[in-house]
Amino acid sequence: MNKVPNNHAWWLVLPVFALVAFSAILPMMTVVNYSVQDIFDPSTRFFVGADWYRQVLQDPRLHDSLLRQFVFSACVLAIEIPLGIAVALCMPTRGRWASLCLIVLAIPLLIPWNVVGTIWQIFGRADIGLLGWTLNAAGVSYNYASNTLDAWVTVLVMDVWHWTSLVALLCYSGLRAIPDVYYQAARIDRASNWAVFRYIQLPKLKSVLLIAVMLRFMDSFMIYTEPFVLTGGGPGNATTFLSQTLTKMAVGQFDLGPAAAFSLIYFLIILLVSWLFYTAMTHNDQTR
Amino acid sequence: MHARKLVVLIVFVAFLLVPIYWLLNMSFKSNTEILGGLTLWPRDFTLDNYRVIFTDPAWYGGYLNSLYYVCLNTAISLSVALPAAYAFSRYRFLGDRHLFFWLLTNRMAPPAVFLLPFFQLYSSIGLFDTHIAVALAHCLFNVPLAVWILEGFMSGVPKEIDETAYIDGYSFPRFFLGIFLPLIRSGIGVTAFFCFMFSWVELLLARTLTSVDAKPIVSVMTRTVSASGIDWGVLAAAGVLTILPGMLVIWFVRNHVAKGFALGRV
Repeated sequence: MNKVPNNHAWWLVLPVFALVAFSAILPMMTVVNYSVQDIFDPSTRFFVGADWYRQVLQDPRLHDSLLRQFVFSACVLAIEIPLGIAVALCMPTRGRWASLCLIVLAIPLLIPWNVVGTIWQIFGRADIGLLGWTLNAAGVSYNYASNTLDAWVTVLVMDVWHWTSLVALLCYSGLRAIPDVYYQAARIDRASNWAVFRYIQLPKLKSVLLIAVMLRFMDSFMIYTEPFVLTGGGPGNATTFLSQTLTKMAVGQFDLGPAAAFSLIYFLIILLVSWLFYTAMTHNDQTR
Repeated sequence: MHARKLVVLIVFVAFLLVPIYWLLNMSFKSNTEILGGLTLWPRDFTLDNYRVIFTDPAWYGGYLNSLYYVCLNTAISLSVALPAAYAFSRYRFLGDRHLFFWLLTNRMAPPAVFLLPFFQLYSSIGLFDTHIAVALAHCLFNVPLAVWILEGFMSGVPKEIDETAYIDGYSFPRFFLGIFLPLIRSGIGVTAFFCFMFSWVELLLARTLTSVDAKPIVSVMTRTVSASGIDWGVLAAAGVLTILPGMLVIWFVRNHVAKGFALGRV
């Protein structure tokens, strides 16, 4: 749509701007403020420059949780995106079953995040949970509270359980937007199922998939509640991701300076990645 | 081919539903049965866990608090996002693209970053432990989202409608409220659904900004952990009850949600 240049439109955006500025810029400035000062009490504070940043960047805790976070996000994307596409391809296209499918798929998305943690906490326990009990009965020793690998896999499976539906729903609506003509042409050419997927469906899904990848990356990158409820970050630090390291630092130990510096670095990483995605997305829109 | 599709779908749906079935199953059991051994359905069917929740003000108050701030947040988000989305969909103005990106970055901001400053900000203006504080804090990610979704729906409405209305002598507010909003009803429904959902599932900010009066259900749930261990039955029942509002909302917007997803905006 061709838009009319009109700077008066700012008046319409002003309430949003004011509201988001209040809840984004003010807190952000506070964080910046903390990150360059050493604060003992409200009246005693020193300007320390970039010391906190230096300290945080050399902190092995940051390195470890950053690494864990990237591995986790990569695993999440590697599993959820293909699985989501597969499920979307298998969903019925119309009628009563289609809407039933949509509703069932949407259920995990609507469960409060700590309840997701609770569900898996209950489900995975060896004594009272179906999953833990079954696995142990089948001869696999499984205990997410004490075994590092088990905890890790449980958090991963929980995230797949929680969020694959989102990818599937996005892809499903992307698939519905492909006109029938394409499929008819493919049938005339006797294209194989794989060819239909590779040369018709996948290219048409590109923009939707970009959004799905972005959302899943962002949300898995700031995951906090679910592992917090399920494992509390343990055993050891096996499932302590960035958000949790940060909250521990800020609220647990009250290390305001390092925590603030950490926050800003964390935010910059996210900002950088989302800028890359946004550019790719708008570029995609323009070339279409 | 068809059978294989069905199998994939059934396996996936089963994977989604089994943990929920287990939660439901446990919510109808007594604690002795839960800890006594594994039973696939409640042998000794009981509603006691639910009774605990519905008779204790601390419990059902949590639900009311949550619903209160979630609705408040949805109302605030929608009312500020509607004009802004209209501006983004119809006009080009100074810095519009940057503003839009800036709004989106707030959707991407990790809530953990804002934890401490929010706490201090709301404490210093005397809003700590009020519903409005949580509602405002959730605006951080819901307003950008609402603007994003609504902009998509509004761009789908032909511009000629605006122009005709202005030629007919409609003022902007009358046109916007009387003609334009009814046209994007389903878009507003979908947006409200997503605002409701993201505010309902959020825990970190809601827990940080409240202590007693506005304590949300998601943090009341930690009450089940006591010195004598975890009260599994009540915990499961509370979990089941938190799923219900979401189910109810999605039932109402089920026909529109596919459309909202089709715009590729969540």
